[in-house]
Amino acid sequence: MTEHDPNTASARPRYDVAVVGAGPAGLAAAVAAAEAGRRVVLVDAGEQPGGQYWRHPDEAAPRDDESLGHHDWSTFTDLRARLHQLSARQQITHLPRRQVWFVERPTSENDRPTHTLHLTTAYAEATHTGVEAPHSVTTDALILCPGGYDRQLPIHGWDLPGVMAAGGVQALLKAHRTLAGRRAIVAGTGPFLLPVATGLAQAGADVVAVCEAGSITGWSRNPLAAAAVPSKAREAIEYTAGLIRHRIPYRQRTAITAIHGSEAVQSVELSRLDRHGRVCEKVDTANVDLVALGWGFTPSLELITATGAATRKDIDDSLVAVVDAEQRATVPGVYVAGEATGVGGALLAVAEGELAGLVAARDQQMQVSQKNVQTLQRRITRYRRFATAMHTAHPVPRHWHEWLRAETTVCRCEEVTYQQVSAVRDELGAGDARTVKLMARPGMGWCQGRVCGFASAKLAAAQEGRELTGDDLRPTAKQSFTAPIPLEQLAETPQHK
Amino acid sequence: MSPTHHQHDPATSTTDPKRFEVLFDGRPLPAIAGQSVGSVLANAGIRSWRTTRVHHRPRGLFCGIGICYDCLITVDGVPNQRACLVPARPGMALSSTVLGHGPFETGDDTDD
Repeated sequence: MTEHDPNTASARPRYDVAVVGAGPAGLAAAVAAAEAGRRVVLVDAGEQPGGQYWRHPDEAAPRDDESLGHHDWSTFTDLRARLHQLSARQQITHLPRRQVWFVERPTSENDRPTHTLHLTTAYAEATHTGVEAPHSVTTDALILCPGGYDRQLPIHGWDLPGVMAAGGVQALLKAHRTLAGRRAIVAGTGPFLLPVATGLAQAGADVVAVCEAGSITGWSRNPLAAAAVPSKAREAIEYTAGLIRHRIPYRQRTAITAIHGSEAVQSVELSRLDRHGRVCEKVDTANVDLVALGWGFTPSLELITATGAATRKDIDDSLVAVVDAEQRATVPGVYVAGEATGVGGALLAVAEGELAGLVAARDQQMQVSQKNVQTLQRRITRYRRFATAMHTAHPVPRHWHEWLRAETTVCRCEEVTYQQVSAVRDELGAGDARTVKLMARPGMGWCQGRVCGFASAKLAAAQEGRELTGDDLRPTAKQSFTAPIPLEQLAETPQHK
Repeated sequence: MSPTHHQHDPATSTTDPKRFEVLFDGRPLPAIAGQSVGSVLANAGIRSWRTTRVHHRPRGLFCGIGICYDCLITVDGVPNQRACLVPARPGMALSSTVLGHGPFETGDDTDD
């Protein structure tokens, strides 16, 4: 194994531990591994640490409302301070604005389980800003904390400008105090809709309603799980108070079933749903210029599948990494923490990240407190129980696909309609998500199915009248390249055997 | 619509961030250091800056966090940059992408 590869223009530095993602899990993992004595590289697509959850205004112009709209902010500022200290001591090398586009697996089974991460910039101009970053890094341990993004279901008209992922609306508020519209509606399912609605209202938008497809009575089935995490109960009370303060109606068993407009969204149709997600009746229309949609979250799995690690379908129908009680994936030297092991929120991600960092260090013969490991494991169990209760209370409505119209866009990139997806099954016998993808091309565009992959998988299963399986989800999670790269960069990359 | 129509009043800021302008199709738009191109456009009330290649539909911000590639924009002549990720810089030239000049279209292969 060489430190410098003659085929690349730049050096290929070697680290004990590489962490991908600087959100709650990745920050905790990098700090824990470094404090346990490991040399760590932290690769992150963002401009500054925090990930999507702790996205905040530009640190170059500090402001005293940095924490506006945030929870557990002191957890973040503590991790950030330790990151800065460890970076100053060169215990952590932080590479922002970098995405992994290829994971090179260990060369032989007898060898140490070293992985090489090939990096690209998050945007073209990033090559000219900040520190000079290597094109690739080699590492003995790989801790993957890729996080996730809003899960989406196609809705008629959802491709109109002014329709956004709830998390995107939130990101604009958190990072830039930008309101994506003046008259908004927030819809989908899950507790995340609440901070988006109250955040918009606080920033001055008129929020006409929060439409929750499910019902909060779902929580009553799991009172103990909810009570085990008091900070979540406090958050819920805070959001409820926010809805009342801003007079935002919280409409349960209600969904947006169509969105109308010509150049941008102008109105939405609201329907009342039964327990199974079938439309009972159209109840209303609302004039809005912003629609924020979210149906829970989809973990980013492409880096996990790139290592060859095993995946499974989680309780919320997301594809997640299989990990043991110490965050190890099924491939030697690979650890996973945060949403990619199962969607569960920031505090669970922090606990998992810290555990992964400690265990990775211990697996490399560093001294690690067993008491700390056990405390983290107990915390993880408690938060996981809460997450399970959340997923049970806020499922994707079973019959959501019945809301679709023939001409509804399913795949935004390739502009594939519901009719086209249905036709390859009805006329060409495509019975699984992979065949549908190859024939009708949903998920073959720029985003590689990150947006429509979940819905396409659900549609394939629903049309066959069976439950969703991990195999329906895997075609989207598996990609030759984990980020689009220019051809020149591909040409520069050394060939290995 | 006023360019500052959607801007939240940053009355509580401790340091006044650097203010400058970027150009969108030649039109100056106000921006501050650290602001994403997508945020600059949204503040100016601009909701779309490209059209799709099949049905020529307008597109702008959707996921807002670098996942969906809906918000692709040409930045200083470099096409297909994600507006939600690229930070605005003084004098930056942003260009909308209309059909016939987009990532997949050339003068040769558009037959309409």
